[in-house]
Amino acid sequence: MTADLALIWPELILTIGGLITLMLGTFFGDRAVGLYQLAAMLTLAIAAAAVVTMFGTDATVFSGTLSVDSFGGFSKLLIYAASFVCLFIAPRFFKDGMRAEYPALIIFAALGMGIMASARDLMTLYVGLELNSLAAYVLASFMRTDDRSSEAGLKYFVLGALASGILLYGISLLYGFTGTTDFAGVATAMGGELNIGLIFGIVFVIAGLAFKISAVPFHMWTPDVYEGAPTPVTAFFATAPKVAAMALLTRVVIDAMGPAIGAWQQILIFLALASIILGAVGAIGQKNIKRLLAYSSINNVGYMLIGLAAGTQQGVEGVLTYLLVYVVTTVGAFLVVLQFRDAEGNQVESIPALAGLSQRRPGLAGAFAVFLFSLAGIPPLFGFWPKYLVFEAAVNANLVPLAVAGIVASVIGAYYYIAIIKTMFFDDKSETEFPAGGGVVVEDAVITASALWLSVVGYLFIPALAALSASAAGVLF
Amino acid sequence: MISVGHYLAVSAVLFTLGVLGIFINRKNIIVILMAIELILLAVNINLVAFSAALGDLVGQVFSMFVLTVAAGEAAIGLAILVIYFRGRGTIAVDDANRMKG
Repeated sequence: MTADLALIWPELILTIGGLITLMLGTFFGDRAVGLYQLAAMLTLAIAAAAVVTMFGTDATVFSGTLSVDSFGGFSKLLIYAASFVCLFIAPRFFKDGMRAEYPALIIFAALGMGIMASARDLMTLYVGLELNSLAAYVLASFMRTDDRSSEAGLKYFVLGALASGILLYGISLLYGFTGTTDFAGVATAMGGELNIGLIFGIVFVIAGLAFKISAVPFHMWTPDVYEGAPTPVTAFFATAPKVAAMALLTRVVIDAMGPAIGAWQQILIFLALASIILGAVGAIGQKNIKRLLAYSSINNVGYMLIGLAAGTQQGVEGVLTYLLVYVVTTVGAFLVVLQFRDAEGNQVESIPALAGLSQRRPGLAGAFAVFLFSLAGIPPLFGFWPKYLVFEAAVNANLVPLAVAGIVASVIGAYYYIAIIKTMFFDDKSETEFPAGGGVVVEDAVITASALWLSVVGYLFIPALAALSASAAGVLF
Repeated sequence: MISVGHYLAVSAVLFTLGVLGIFINRKNIIVILMAIELILLAVNINLVAFSAALGDLVGQVFSMFVLTVAAGEAAIGLAILVIYFRGRGTIAVDDANRMKG
């Protein structure tokens, strides 16, 4: 027991840090919100350091319900980094509306996501997922006086609870027909003949998780929630929970359902194709930049699922690389969106208002163009590389038609990204003024660094990325 | 003699009712919250029935976790509903349409 505690330092640090943040908030109220933010950022940094020092351990703790391995470590580092950035950008957005609960909720959500990424038992899977979801529902409706924010929270809650219910029903069937909730035990039972109960269990569990990664046909909440939630929270939803849910789905299909690949592969292929196509088509004609980024995230999840559908180590390596590049790109894109402010300092979300942005803020428009091209996967930019990896994995797993369909659909997807770039660079100036941000050096530095990394510098990191993703994916096979 | 199959049938019916309650109901968001509880209770029946049939306690422990989380979920759902009602003055499902597309 005590030995187990020594292996879950990141989770312990986050729990204690989150509780301290919450207590501080109760004692000092909303006046000292900067202090809680600092405490929360420090907590995340220490937890990330703990993950780094333990990288490479391969153990299971608490009677095999949680695993401590480099796959979980890789995912947790990404999750903590994304949560850190979303904490950092919040005060400037909320101004006086930033309350003490925000840092604590982010910490608890990050804790839940860390548990999701290292769960190896259906029970820990559920508890981690709910810890993350419950914090996320509150975050979505955080601007409680704003109509759109409360509506986003409500929609997210209802559909998220339905997804949890579907997932749970699947879990109960898996438990009943395999007699265990342990991933390894479930996998052993899947090795035999699949009866109807197990098939239903597989379908329900994958459907519930598809909801959390917003894969089509379980994506309907995504555009509304992304549009309505406060922008830092949208940035959070688009990055950290995607990593956690994708890592969880990977662990479930490879670890728990590995022998039944014939059953889940078809489901994943369908989810992948539907997400890529609907993500691309749905984005056309959107007028709100956050809504457009929601469709872009649906589209990108489809490509990750191509890698996962391959069901090979190469495929999982592709998914992990994809997640890393996707998180960097999305964080950069949302930092740029946060800088879209008119003369009164109000947030601008409308795409037509961005017309002629390149003449007012050339640097910002250039960086945004890099992020969009990278999301589209256009070759010289680094966003191309993970797409190449997942297509390669699909081809090697004899899924050539899937790879071909993905490549064709990525051409459709490029259309709407390029349409925004045309609006920014070639249209006449709109009336919105976009004065320069004013003294947020760190944000500018992060935007510049991620844009540079995605342009050409990223290619220098390919060997390092390959080694990292190979060591992370290796523990599952 | 009541077998596991009977319990599964009851739970499947409850689950279906819950899902239909979310999708067909066009009137009131409180009813949606009740439908969610119905889904979770269906799952609990499943878990406990399997646990008894298998002679394995894990299912009953799991159902305790589900109950606890369901309580938290209901609390958060009602809290969100309250701030939504404060802003809009309505809890009709069809009125939740500020965002479309």
